[in-house]
Amino acid sequence: MPEARVIPLHPGDDEPSTPAPPPGWDAQLADVLDFLRRRMTGNYDTDEFGFDPDLTDHVVLPLLRPWFQRWFRVEAQGLENVPDVGGALVVANHSGTVPVDALMTTVALHDEHPASRRFRLLGADLVFQVPFMGAMARKMGATLACNEDAERLLRAGELVGVFPEGFKGVGKPFSERYTLQRFGRGGFVTAALRTGAPIVPCAIVGAEEIYPMLGNARIAARVLGLPYFPITPTFPLLGPLGAVPLPSKWFIAFGEPIETAAYGPGAADDPMVVFNLTDQVRETIQHSLYSLLLQRRSVFS
Amino acid sequence: MPPAVVLVTGVSRWLGGALAAELASDPAIDRVIGVDTVPPSPAVLRRLGRTEFVRADIRNPLIAKVIESASVDTVVHMNISSTPAGAGGRVPMKELNVIGTMQLLAACQRAPSVRRLVLKSTSAVYGASPRDPAVFTEAMQARRVPRGGFARDSLDIEGYVRSFARRRPDVAVAVLRFAHFIGPRIDSLLTEAFRLPVVPTVLGYDARLQLLHEDDALAVLVRATTGDFTGTVNVGAPGTVLLSQALRRLGRVAVPVPAPAIGSLSRLTRSAGMVDWSPEQMRLLVYGRVLDTRVLREEFGYAPRFSTSAALADYGRTLVPVVAPELVDAVVTGTTAVASRVAGHATTVGALGRSLWRPREPDAPVVPGLRAVRDV
Repeated sequence: MPEARVIPLHPGDDEPSTPAPPPGWDAQLADVLDFLRRRMTGNYDTDEFGFDPDLTDHVVLPLLRPWFQRWFRVEAQGLENVPDVGGALVVANHSGTVPVDALMTTVALHDEHPASRRFRLLGADLVFQVPFMGAMARKMGATLACNEDAERLLRAGELVGVFPEGFKGVGKPFSERYTLQRFGRGGFVTAALRTGAPIVPCAIVGAEEIYPMLGNARIAARVLGLPYFPITPTFPLLGPLGAVPLPSKWFIAFGEPIETAAYGPGAADDPMVVFNLTDQVRETIQHSLYSLLLQRRSVFS
Repeated sequence: MPPAVVLVTGVSRWLGGALAAELASDPAIDRVIGVDTVPPSPAVLRRLGRTEFVRADIRNPLIAKVIESASVDTVVHMNISSTPAGAGGRVPMKELNVIGTMQLLAACQRAPSVRRLVLKSTSAVYGASPRDPAVFTEAMQARRVPRGGFARDSLDIEGYVRSFARRRPDVAVAVLRFAHFIGPRIDSLLTEAFRLPVVPTVLGYDARLQLLHEDDALAVLVRATTGDFTGTVNVGAPGTVLLSQALRRLGRVAVPVPAPAIGSLSRLTRSAGMVDWSPEQMRLLVYGRVLDTRVLREEFGYAPRFSTSAALADYGRTLVPVVAPELVDAVVTGTTAVASRVAGHATTVGALGRSLWRPREPDAPVVPGLRAVRDV
């Protein structure tokens, strides 16, 4: 008599189902000390853009995670549209007075994408002029938003992130929330065309409400050399307390990739192709913003 | 075809002397003529071998006579001063760099025997600013054109060399844009600064540095002199380090200074004769600069033996670290051992406490080897 086939009712039944116990405090302390030793002796790697994965993984991402999980309760959708390997250009809307959206998208792509992708952001030159911010941005993997850097990263197979609205998007008044601003000169499209990398449109909902910008103190902005100086319901009224962002509920949706390889690298010099692609990306993001807003029940839940 | 008569300017400094010595040891080269304003130090002189030293100022038309009478066919121009202290002030430095190059090129233009010119240039021609792309290729230009100091001189010199190449199209011109030199023997801006036990850095900025080991620099110069590469090439080691990282690896203590105070601090170190940095060079330590070395590897045909990290480590052998890595290791290992011992005790004590104070709950009966079975 043939033996009956044994079918485990729960897959993976044979292994103990209890997760590995969390490392004891002594093991955690040993990790921290080991990290400190690496930092003290400079024994870690950085790349030509100044990206410091050791610092990003052990300091920056752990600091951002509570904001991502608890404060903004970010829901990432359509992560399957971001390729597991190879270069791709993620194009997103920019908002929120302070570019927190870039940080949260970084966490989403690292923690929730199956391939734990590194998000290499492109920032305006102002970012790299300001002390601390510029150095930190480079250590997190950002670099200057210029075609040379974008193409170099894409050719190296990195996932590059760009916010073509720039300061126009992040510093727009609250009344204009969720309306996309002009998309620069389409430089990001030419970078994608030259390298044949797909463009992944990305819509971020929730970032508009973290610091509702009611006014812009132009004189203060000019004195400080900033593109704008925000006035929100709590800032600068409540001082440093006003710098705490409102706990809005966030959605980050990655749309279907737009292939650019079929156009060929020569298309980067054809302004018509560049304009059309720019418009297509812009329309796609605007549409997914509207549909995400319809899904959302309220700003804070 | 190897060169017959090579003229090397700036032979009294380490790299120039090393190049002349290397060329002199090549039997295929008939004559090596070294030119400098100051005689080489005894250490350099010993290594020079059969190099003929001519004490001449390249700012002087005498240099034309040297080139013509020896019928020099290859000129290596390395007599470019990077610090005012080395040349005796900023005005003599500019004169040596710019006027000297003009004189030398004028002499080369008149000499029909010259058929190859190698220029030791620098990556400083790319400038340094927050608008820079992360990595410079040879085709790129400075986003913010350097206005003063060594970088400006180097830009001018490259300009003169380009116009020389137009006037004498039969001369093959190789322009080598070197990254920062580092190594146990060479004297450069960084080797000087890293020898200080406490290194001032600019608060809030961390530059990306690409280095080049002195041995690789020498090998590239020899190859450029004896080979047939024409054009401009970036010369740098693979890989980069951040300034903070480099200081930590060397066991130096970085002292961040706010950017506005840097100017007065550099005046202080200059008058103390320690480190002499121009504002252009300070900008470099703020924003950093990295070169693309594809042309070096594929067209020039040289792969540096030392990566940036390896070059830094080789230089670090000559320094006594202020913060010894062994000490850090020992502290970390010691603390980890103590922690695990304490944790071990704590678990024992905890388990003892639990077994004493809490009544044991009966465990669920475990029957070995039994599992849910479904008939098919």
